[in-house]
Amino acid sequence: MLILKNISKTFNPGTVNEKKALNRVSLELADGDFATIVGSNGAGKSTLFNAITGSFYVDEGQIILAGEDITYRKEHVRSKEIGHLFQDPMKGSAPHMTIEENMALAYLRASTAAHAFFSRISGKEKQMFREQLAQLDMGLEERMRQPVGLLSGGQRQALTLLMATMVTPKILLLDEHTAALDPATAEKVLNLTRKIIAQRKITCLMVTHNMHQALELGNRTFMMDGGHIVLDIQGAEREKMTVDDLLAEFKKQAGKQLDNDRILLS
Amino acid sequence: MEAIFTLSIVQSALELGCIYSLVALALFISFSILNIADLSTDGCFTLGCAVGAMVTISGHPFLAFPAAMAAGVCSGFVTAFLQTKMGVPSILAGIIVNTGLYTVNIAVMDFSSNVNLFACDTVFSLAKDLSDAAWYGDWYKILIVAVVVLFVGVILAWFLNTRLGLSIRATGDNEHMVRASSINPVFTITVGLCVSNSLTALSGVILAQYQKSCDINLGTGMVTIALASLIIGETIIGKGGMLKRVVGVILGSCLYRFIVAVALRMSVPAECLKLVSALIVAFAIAFPYLKGQAAFYKTRRMPVKTGVKAGEDGDGLC
Repeated sequence: MLILKNISKTFNPGTVNEKKALNRVSLELADGDFATIVGSNGAGKSTLFNAITGSFYVDEGQIILAGEDITYRKEHVRSKEIGHLFQDPMKGSAPHMTIEENMALAYLRASTAAHAFFSRISGKEKQMFREQLAQLDMGLEERMRQPVGLLSGGQRQALTLLMATMVTPKILLLDEHTAALDPATAEKVLNLTRKIIAQRKITCLMVTHNMHQALELGNRTFMMDGGHIVLDIQGAEREKMTVDDLLAEFKKQAGKQLDNDRILLS
Repeated sequence: MEAIFTLSIVQSALELGCIYSLVALALFISFSILNIADLSTDGCFTLGCAVGAMVTISGHPFLAFPAAMAAGVCSGFVTAFLQTKMGVPSILAGIIVNTGLYTVNIAVMDFSSNVNLFACDTVFSLAKDLSDAAWYGDWYKILIVAVVVLFVGVILAWFLNTRLGLSIRATGDNEHMVRASSINPVFTITVGLCVSNSLTALSGVILAQYQKSCDINLGTGMVTIALASLIIGETIIGKGGMLKRVVGVILGSCLYRFIVAVALRMSVPAECLKLVSALIVAFAIAFPYLKGQAAFYKTRRMPVKTGVKAGEDGDGLC
């Protein structure tokens, strides 16, 4: 589904602040793969996501999504097929617009023709949004005309997840999307993520700093360090791996301890 | 003391309020919705005025309206192009276009600094001839501008609730969201600024026909005045749906004209009018902040409650 071939990105080249954020990263995700990514601070996890979404163009390499070369495709064109959730719940929805309006924007992805420009939200769509919101079990279906700014962080993140997957994306990128939530809400949003991904068989990449989660969720785990993927485990090898094994493996591959100040080992 | 508001003062305040409310609506799109301070407003207003005046002089009072709006669209497009495709910061893009427009406006007016429309038909003069009734003579101007403004207001409120309108609103509301969804911010900013500047120019052409003249300095300070109207409107109406906010902006513009009328009535000399405008703007913008401060000082002056009775605490917090 997603193939990265030797992609590299250097920020501020030729200056003292030069930073090689991605260094010939290659990876291949099969259809329906759910991979978790862990890594030290500044390992290039978010940069990897931004390269895929098109926040910037990579210096070298090739990005192929569902058989199409999207290396030089513009960000807003790519985003029709890519769902992206940020760590900050405030980033995923427009605070001064209502829940209904936010969902209508997300649903724009489904429209292909330009005639949709001057159409308004139809009653049928409202009904669909309501049904989808009801799945969240947060009572949001009764608050569809309220501005999103009034929702709590957890509610906003759940809504964003719904919006990102409303039109099934070819790949879903989750950038520590539960890290800013309190444990109970994080659990709820995570369960919801799990449910939606399983139901629709969405190919997914998820950055996490929770080592336990990294091994438990999905079917693959990547470890990143210094702009490289240093570890790629799956299948039986991953089944029997414990958090301690993972840390030991990281040390072996990267030649140093995993230094992420927010890491959760349990 | 005689009444502050005579009928003719009320009428002219309403007329000017409605005409200038179109500029306030333009800033509502660029400033409130897109979060861009469009400083080309002054020049664009004069552009609409100049283009409209020249087309009117050539004998097409009705064609003047779409012509001026098209000129406004071009001006908005250039501003948008500079900031989305050339990497010029939005405030600078507006200032650059505004400066360039001065020459364009002079050129449009055939290199003179003012033109007058006394000898030719305008929409107002044509409408005046429709009826001889006494009341009509007093009210036809208001009737025309009110119809135009209501029409524009309704269309605008409708537009902002369409998918394109929603995309434009999201562009100004959350940049991160827009980048992660399939909205092209270059497109939405361009459309937004084109619509906004077409309204500014429309206001210009109506004023040209209303006062039967166009002057190169007509637009000076327009952005400040429109901003004042916008903020007065948003303060009195508050949050709400698009239609409610659009109505608020129009009311704000009329209210601003009433304030100016009162100031003039208080024998403020005409040459001080710009200073009065600036003071009104400063006050209108500062008012919401001052209100918050006043509430804070009031809370602080209250005797400190120590023994809070059960059931009393917490209520005030949420």
